[in-house]
Amino acid sequence: MAGMTVIVRTISRLLFPFIFLFGIYIIVHGHLTPGGGFQGGVILAASVIMLLLAYGIERAQAKVNVLQAELSESLGGLILVGLGLLGIVLGITFLKNVLPLGELGHIFSAGNLPVLNIGVSIKVAAGFLTIFYAMLRLQGGKE
Amino acid sequence: MSRIIALGMVLVIGGLLVFTVNEYLLPFGTFPERRIGSFENESVGQRILRDAPRTTGSANIVTSVVWDYRGYDTLGEATILFTAVCGVAMLFRAVRGRD
Repeated sequence: MAGMTVIVRTISRLLFPFIFLFGIYIIVHGHLTPGGGFQGGVILAASVIMLLLAYGIERAQAKVNVLQAELSESLGGLILVGLGLLGIVLGITFLKNVLPLGELGHIFSAGNLPVLNIGVSIKVAAGFLTIFYAMLRLQGGKE
Repeated sequence: MSRIIALGMVLVIGGLLVFTVNEYLLPFGTFPERRIGSFENESVGQRILRDAPRTTGSANIVTSVVWDYRGYDTLGEATILFTAVCGVAMLFRAVRGRD
């Protein structure tokens, strides 16, 4: 993939950190404002895919390569299941909200809901990137 | 001829839908009142809206439903996504390797 014109490249290079930061904001405030892990993860994946479309596959794989994407998808799944098993270890039930609840409306509140949001966001972002890389590998042909 | 029949069916079904919505739709912001066991005039939605911030500590009630009340369901969704990614990766690598 060759990439696009210099206008598209410049705009996407300037926009990339802001879109990435917005995705992280959506994820971290998932238990306070509308949004959450799935939505924020898709925004994170879309920011890297935007770089990929503008610059070609090398620039995107310099940010996140295939092995990193696959590993972090498994890491996200492990976070979810690990937090679920933490409830069993503490002797209650699977996926029980075991961490301290905190004060309503603060960023460190709601027990393990923020941690679950972060886990699922890593999983969704890496999963979409993995799908995109796999399809591109077929379509690109010569690379 | 068949166009006239199709148009007539569209008009009849559309009129039926408009009539039903006008006649039976609840006003905006109200809950259906019903009696299940000992819970009279108290639906699941009302209970969750009242209790969720206290029992889960989350200000966003959607997140508290998705990850606390229905955590198994969401874990299953994540599993479906994982399976889909594995399937796509396997399929496209197999096709690429055969060329």
